[in-house]
Amino acid sequence: MKLFLKIWRQKDASTKGQMVDYTLDGVEGDMSFLEMLDILNEDLINKGEEPVEFDHDCREGICGTCSLQINGEPHGPDRLVTTCQLHMRKFNDGDTIVIEPFRAKAFPVIKDLIVDRSSFDRIQQAGGYISVNTSGNTVDANAIPIEKHAADSAMDSATCIGCGACVAACKNASAMLFTSAKVSQFAQLPQGRVEATDRVMNMVRQMDLEGFGNCTNTGACEVECPKGISLENIARMNREYLAASVKG
Amino acid sequence: MSGLIKSSIARKLVMALSGLFLVVFLTQHFVINFTSVIAPETFNQWSHFMGYNPLVQFVLQPILIAGVVIHFVMGFILEAQNKSARGVSYVKYNGGANASWMSRNMIYTGLVVLAFLGLHFYDFWVHEMAYKYVEVKAEDPTRYHAETVEKFAPIWRTLLYVVSFVLLSLHLWHGFASSFQSMGVNNKYSPVIQKIAKIFAVVIPLGFAFIAIYHHLNPITH
Amino acid sequence: MGVLDSKIPSGPLAEKWTKHKNDINLVNPANKRNIDVIVVGTGLAGGSAAATLAELGYNVKTFCYQDSPRRAHSIAAQGGINAAKNYQGDGDSPYRLFYDTIKGGDYRSREANVYRLAEESANIIDQCVAQGVPFAREYGGLLDNRSFGGVLVSRTFYAKGQTGQQLLLGAYAAMNRQINRGKIKSYTRHEMMDLVLVDGKARGIIARNLVTGEIERHSAHAVVLATGGYGNVFFLSTNAMGSNVMAAWRAHRRGAFFANPCFTQIHPTCIPVSGEHQSKLTLMSESLRNDGRIWVPKKKEDAIAIREGRLKPTQLAEEDRDYYLERRYPAFGNLVPRDVASRAAKERCDAGFGVNKTGEAVYLDFAAAIQRYGKEKALTSGIKNPDAATITKLGEEVVEAKYGNLFQMYEKIVDENPYKTPMMIYPAVHYTMGGLWVDYNLQTTIPGCYAAGEANFSDHGANRLGASALMQGLADGYFVLPYTIGDYLSNDIRTGAIPTDLPEFEATEKAVRERLEKLKAGSGQNSVDYYHKKLGKIMWNKCGMARNEQGLKEAIEEISALRKDFWENVRIPGEINAKNAELEKAGRVADFLELGELFAKDALERNESCGGHFREEYQTEEGEALRDDENFKYVAAWEYKGEPKDAQLHKEDLVYENIELKTRSYK
Repeated sequence: MKLFLKIWRQKDASTKGQMVDYTLDGVEGDMSFLEMLDILNEDLINKGEEPVEFDHDCREGICGTCSLQINGEPHGPDRLVTTCQLHMRKFNDGDTIVIEPFRAKAFPVIKDLIVDRSSFDRIQQAGGYISVNTSGNTVDANAIPIEKHAADSAMDSATCIGCGACVAACKNASAMLFTSAKVSQFAQLPQGRVEATDRVMNMVRQMDLEGFGNCTNTGACEVECPKGISLENIARMNREYLAASVKG
Repeated sequence: MSGLIKSSIARKLVMALSGLFLVVFLTQHFVINFTSVIAPETFNQWSHFMGYNPLVQFVLQPILIAGVVIHFVMGFILEAQNKSARGVSYVKYNGGANASWMSRNMIYTGLVVLAFLGLHFYDFWVHEMAYKYVEVKAEDPTRYHAETVEKFAPIWRTLLYVVSFVLLSLHLWHGFASSFQSMGVNNKYSPVIQKIAKIFAVVIPLGFAFIAIYHHLNPITH
Repeated sequence: MGVLDSKIPSGPLAEKWTKHKNDINLVNPANKRNIDVIVVGTGLAGGSAAATLAELGYNVKTFCYQDSPRRAHSIAAQGGINAAKNYQGDGDSPYRLFYDTIKGGDYRSREANVYRLAEESANIIDQCVAQGVPFAREYGGLLDNRSFGGVLVSRTFYAKGQTGQQLLLGAYAAMNRQINRGKIKSYTRHEMMDLVLVDGKARGIIARNLVTGEIERHSAHAVVLATGGYGNVFFLSTNAMGSNVMAAWRAHRRGAFFANPCFTQIHPTCIPVSGEHQSKLTLMSESLRNDGRIWVPKKKEDAIAIREGRLKPTQLAEEDRDYYLERRYPAFGNLVPRDVASRAAKERCDAGFGVNKTGEAVYLDFAAAIQRYGKEKALTSGIKNPDAATITKLGEEVVEAKYGNLFQMYEKIVDENPYKTPMMIYPAVHYTMGGLWVDYNLQTTIPGCYAAGEANFSDHGANRLGASALMQGLADGYFVLPYTIGDYLSNDIRTGAIPTDLPEFEATEKAVRERLEKLKAGSGQNSVDYYHKKLGKIMWNKCGMARNEQGLKEAIEEISALRKDFWENVRIPGEINAKNAELEKAGRVADFLELGELFAKDALERNESCGGHFREEYQTEEGEALRDDENFKYVAAWEYKGEPKDAQLHKEDLVYENIELKTRSYK
């Protein structure tokens, strides 16, 4: 199929960017979205132009590196997939596809479609861990039974890949779904309860410092999340936060 | 506690609580207004009570006004912060793909409701204040029904009210249900709560609109 | 013994590690604050090592090419992690895990290292649970296990089909805690370009900031390479696009021996290649072989009809299907080790029984499992005389609960419903058992340069068992390296900070800059991918699942010629001093073009078949691998001597004191 691409090109963080039009022929339905961009880049390189830079790594939907706002939606029109797993069969011959970087003040553009998501790392560093040293003689893994439901629910929260689609989709560029997924995972496990108060206070403080917007419960994040992280996590973080505020 | 004031989650909570407070107010306001349709006598009695009871006038009314102001001011602050959090805007943003129109346009539905409040205050509150404190007229426990009905004689006012109620409905459609999520309520009862909130969001504004249209269609003939 | 000293402690096998820990030198806590360690790579091995070293008090700098440590490719491991906990009471023990690993590795790994790995395995699970890793649990609240290929016990712990992700996020969280304390300085989007040696010791690295293109010097008292495997030498593999051999290869060129490069694991259950545009292969967890049955048509005409789309697999009668693994290996059936399953698939496809357009795919069929589970579920739900549709529905639900995310992934990629029609799978390059040669302390042949995880060669011999990579990465990072490195660092307590203006740093940085400029100076005929794909084809066809002398000799020449062409004609747009993805790729491919040649040379030199290394000349009449313990029971460690084909071989003889060498049989 033949596609008309409108792609954001930006030399570096300090240069102004703009949309550039490309026409690409010979795209097949079996290709992933990123393989389609590979072909475009091969063309550009052969023409002596600079290829379009985009973030990607595992190409199997788990590392969370690939981003891309495709036709106004993070990871494109398909649900529960990352851009690398989006296949071209979801598009039709003659389609125009608008490709932009994830937009948020807390995700500054590095080049073309690549953004800097280190704000997510800093949120995790503020408290997204359980303070346990490596010793080789922590208690036996089966010493504390955990109700299956709680363990499964913690796992559901833990599947977040940190891609930032929630921020990109949210009209407020809020990072609540991301932050709440980690808070929730630990809040539901006995090992995580010990530091629960400090954790939620510190992570939310960092989230606000990074300049993300406020949550207005539109639910866009949940719909666009490639891993199906639920809004329940945000409600749980709200509860945790309110309880922690009263305590602390 | 200071975190509670400064943080984004606290701001959400403030919106939720002030919103819920306004929902409660809306409910009682509707109940009283509805008596203007079914029992003008009762309406007069209750209106008079509300207008002259010191507790209502000097405690509840300022709280209500504060609630309205907090909800709106916080709404504007949040909107400003949220707008700036995007940084560069998207060339193409398909918001409709993942969120309802209501949830994405709270600021606009809210602004219309705010504008309506201006009109509504002008129509009733300013009139009351003038009656009581400027012109210092004598108490008249029977005047309220007639005055209210008379307000809806012009079609333009009735229409403005009805349109505003539609936007109020859209505002409540997202806002009421959403306030529970902000307070951390998301459990097995949530689907029921959501449903009730949505029914409320439709029924109450519909009721207000009915009252306005009813009075427009049934003027008092002297 | 030659130049290689494996430093295996003396004494009985089960006491070696404890004894060694008691014997080695320690650094006191106050002195640790004066010692810097660089960790390159932040996957399971690097992340866990960095966190533990920082906890101990060392000043750690971590480097990863990704935008966050959390994105290292360990994250993609699906199935699980082995540990000899014996929670299932099925007779598991460290010895049994040790035995299975040595046997699975076809007797080409070191006894002492593997035993230590088995011993530490249980600690890993305790550690991870304490960190909040949400492993799957049973209704009683205790941890659940599943079984994996090549073993007869259930010892695999898992977190849905995302075990690697959860373990990596655990290590990343441990790192974050240390970053927050200021004990780790994390450099993301940084690539190690070279290793700096001062007086023969590893004392730092030259790194390139991938955002600005800036070349940076970083010094330390020791350097840990935890940079993963080199499967991307095949272009198409299950590795991440950025996975590369650069750090290990740079160290190799500076004097670290490279061991057993030809030992590569081809994973049997991957989604087949769909066309020329393919950039990467996707794995379907080995756990699927617990329930899926692998088959191809018995008759060639049926296979042809299927390939041409005239026949559907579901239309083929049971007696017309060849469940070749069950036929050839009745004892282990579909759960034979990976190398065996992969070769069997290739054998059938080469014989003309492949089932997709390219003829390179076999079926992985869940119909039988769906019926079996459906009937069981009907019974336990109290449904009497269920009809066929109910059984199928219930069975599909059970299969969905077990493998739902994998089935969904398959459907997204292939656009076929695997509940209704069998999955198509084909082997793909997955893991490299070979890597930098290390001694018992995980130190390479360069003093102060350590290698951990997939980047070293030590534990898996010629074939790795499923769910053992995560175990090894974390054992190395949490429990082995942080202690053994102390023995070396105890000599550095008076050294003080290493200045980065030493002539050695200057010279190495200059070499790095010259290499980048040379890459940029190519005539500009072909893109980097053009060369990478060509290299991949040579590797897959001549150094892949089956190898022979002639093919390997050709491969060496072809790779050598391709490398020459690459340096003369590669085209790299953009600038050196800026973000430049093509330049990043070029540097990596340049090293693959050297490694590939050594790979072929190693395969050519090893005149036997063992594990993942299958030489067509050395097989039994039934087509099984024919090992030669008399002549090849050694680790091949290669010393860099200029051109890869001139590398010098050093042999580390493998001594088996506790295990009797047998022919592996899964029949």
